[in-house]
Amino acid sequence: MSKNNSTTNTSFLNDAGNRALIFQALLLGLVVFVGYYLFSNLQANLDKQGISTGFTFLNQPAGFPILLHLIEYTEANSYGRAFLVALINTFVISLLGIVLATIIGVLMGLARLSNNWLIARLATVYIETLRNIPLLLQMFFWYFAVLAALPGPRNSFILGDFMLNKRGIYSPEPLFQDGFGFVIFGFFVGVAASIALIIWAKKRQSQTGDWFPAYWASLGVIIATTFLALVFTGFPVEFNVPELGRFNIRGGMVLPPEFVAVLVALSTYTGAFIAEIVRAGILSVNWGQTEASRSLGLPDGLTQRLIVLPQALRVIIPPLTSQFLNLAKNSSLGAAIAYPELVAVVMGTTLNQTGQAIETIGLCMLVYGSLSLSISFFMNWYNKKMSLTER
Amino acid sequence: MKKNVSKLISTAAVAMTVSAGAVAGTLDDVKSKGFIQCGVSQGVPGFSNVDDKGNWTGIDVDACRAVAAAVFGDAQKVKFTPLSAKERFTALQSGEIDILSRNTTWTYTRDSSLGIDFTAVNFYDGQGFMVRKDLGVNSALELGGATVCTEQGTTTELNMADFFRKHQMEYVPVVVQKADEAVAAYDSGRCDVFTTDKSGLAAHRSKLGTPSDHVILPETISKEPLGPAVRHGDNQWKDIVTWSLFVQVNAEELGISSSNVAKVKKDSKDPGINRLLGSEGNMGEQLGLSADWAYNIISLVGNYGEVFETNIGPKTPVGLPRGVNNLWTEGGVMYAPPVR
Repeated sequence: MSKNNSTTNTSFLNDAGNRALIFQALLLGLVVFVGYYLFSNLQANLDKQGISTGFTFLNQPAGFPILLHLIEYTEANSYGRAFLVALINTFVISLLGIVLATIIGVLMGLARLSNNWLIARLATVYIETLRNIPLLLQMFFWYFAVLAALPGPRNSFILGDFMLNKRGIYSPEPLFQDGFGFVIFGFFVGVAASIALIIWAKKRQSQTGDWFPAYWASLGVIIATTFLALVFTGFPVEFNVPELGRFNIRGGMVLPPEFVAVLVALSTYTGAFIAEIVRAGILSVNWGQTEASRSLGLPDGLTQRLIVLPQALRVIIPPLTSQFLNLAKNSSLGAAIAYPELVAVVMGTTLNQTGQAIETIGLCMLVYGSLSLSISFFMNWYNKKMSLTER
Repeated sequence: MKKNVSKLISTAAVAMTVSAGAVAGTLDDVKSKGFIQCGVSQGVPGFSNVDDKGNWTGIDVDACRAVAAAVFGDAQKVKFTPLSAKERFTALQSGEIDILSRNTTWTYTRDSSLGIDFTAVNFYDGQGFMVRKDLGVNSALELGGATVCTEQGTTTELNMADFFRKHQMEYVPVVVQKADEAVAAYDSGRCDVFTTDKSGLAAHRSKLGTPSDHVILPETISKEPLGPAVRHGDNQWKDIVTWSLFVQVNAEELGISSSNVAKVKKDSKDPGINRLLGSEGNMGEQLGLSADWAYNIISLVGNYGEVFETNIGPKTPVGLPRGVNNLWTEGGVMYAPPVR
C-alpha cells in the first residue's frame, strides 16, 4: 500500500521508507569515513614519529621470563608464545574463579537464609564486609598481609611431602612412567560405565518410581576401575619430591602465592555478590512451593534441590552472568600483585619492550571482548534451557 | 584499571593528533603554555622524588629545571607527571609530556623504534643485585635457584633473564607492576633478591627499615646510560634539552658554579666563557633562546657537579660515589662537546 502511495501521492524523498534508507546509508557512510580518517591519521602519525607498526613483533624472541607457565616457555620463545602463556593464565584464573565463586556464593546465600542464628549472622558479616571493600585492596591484603606472613622457605610448614611457605605451596610432582596410558584407559572405562549407570537409573525411576543413588555409585565405579588399572600395571608413577635448596624449595610442583592471592580475592569477592543473588532468587520462589513439597513428605534437602532451586535459577541466572563477566575482567587486577596474566605480560612487559601500544592494547581488548562474549553466550544458552517450558 | 584508562586515552590521543602539531614546534608549544611538562618517576630518592610539601627534587628533576631555566629564565616553570615504567613511553609519544626524565636507559630499540630520541646521558649506571646480608651471598654468581623481584617494563627484566641464562642458573622471576611494590615484596621475604640499576638499589635501600641489613653485590651486569628523552623528529627541542645538560657539564669543567657565576660573568676576560655566559655574541639565538640561557641554567640550577652532590652524592642518604660519573678530566666519562 505504501508503495502505491509513494508512486501516486508523494515524491521519492518524502516517502518514509526511502527516507529511512537514505539516512541509514548516510550514517553508515559517516561511520566508515570517520573510521577511515582515524585509521589513516593514526598510520600517518605513527610513521612520522618513527614508531614501528604491525604484528611482526609477535615472531621476535621475547627475552623475558614468566613466573607461571602451563605450557613450555623459556626466554628464547617469541612474544606470540608469551601472549599465549598469558592468555592461558587469564583463562585458568577466570574459570577457576568462576567455579569457586559460584560454590562460595551458593553456600553463603543458603547460609544467610539459614534458621540457625549464628550461621545466618556469620554469612551476613561475610557478605557485607567483602562486598564493600575494593577488590584491589583485598588482593593486596591477601598478598602482602596474609601470604607474606607465612614462614620463609627454611621454616616451611611441612606435612609429609607437602610444604607451605611464603614462596608458595609445594607438592610432589607425579612423573608418569610407561604403562600409565592403561590407567587413563581404565579411568575412561569407569566414566563410560557411570554414564550408562546414570541413564539406566533415570529410566528405572521414571518407570517404577524406585530411586537409585546413581551419582554416588558412579563415583565409586570410576575410582574402582582407575585403581584396578593402577594395581594391574604396578603403579607406574614416581614422585619428584620437593626439598630445601640454598635459597628455595627445589623440585616438586609449586603453586605461587600470586596465583593463590588472586584466586582467593576474586572468588571470595565475587562470591559475596553471588550469595546475594542466590538469596534473592530463593526468596522469589513462593513459600507455598516449600509447604507443598513438605506436605508431600519430601525432606528439607530434597525440597531445596528439586523444588526451590530449579525455580530460583530462572531469577538467578541473568544477574549471575554479569557477575561472571565481572570476575573475568577483574582478573586483570592480578597484574598489580605480579600474577602474570594478560595485562601484566602483554600490556605491561611486551608493550614496554616493543613500544607498540596500539597493537598490544588491541590484542588485549580483543581477548577480553571475546572472553566476555563467550561467557555470555554460554549463560544465555543455559538461561534458555532453564526457562519455564510450558507443556 | 585507572592506569589502563589513562593509557587508552593516550593512545586515542596519538590517533587523533593532527599530524603537524605532534612533531615539530615543542619550543613554541612550551612557550605559549608557559611551563614544561616533565615526566618523572613515582619516587626514586635522589633521581626524582617528591616531599610532603609537593616539591620535587633529584637529578632527573634538575634536568627538566635546567631546560626551564634556559627557555624561561625561571627554573620553577616545570610541572611534573609521575609515571610508572610501563607508562612512560606512551606518555611521551602522545604528547602528554615534553621531556621524559625518568632514569630511563638509552638503548638501541628504544631510540630506533619507539618514536623517541635520547638527548644526552646524565648518569652512567649499571644493573646490580641486592640481597639480605644474612644469606651470606658474596657474588651474583652464587644466585642459582634464587627468587628475584623486579619492576615491570624495564631493561632490568631482560638483563636479568640474559644474566641467568648466560650463567645457566635457574631462578624464579617475580615481576611487579610498580617499583615500590617490588621492593615491598622483596622486603616481605617473597624474594631473595631485588634487582634494578645500582643507583636505584642504593636509593631504595635508603628507604628500607634497616638499610645495613642489605648488601648490594659487586657485579654490574649491564650498561645503563640514563638520560632525558624527547619525541622523535623535533630537532630544535632535542638540541635544547641536549645542550642544557652539556652546559652544566662544561660549567663544572670551567669551574663555574651557581655561587660564582655572576662574578665570573662580570670579570671574565676569557672569550670562551664570555660566549657561554652570553656577554659576547648570542649563542642562544641559534636554539631560539635568549643570550643568557646558559647563565640562567648555571645560576638557577647549578653545574653538573653541584646537581650530583646535592641529590645523590656521598653526603646524601643515597650516598653514591662520583665514580664513573666524574668529569673526564677527573678520571670519569662525563664529557661534553664545547660551546662554540
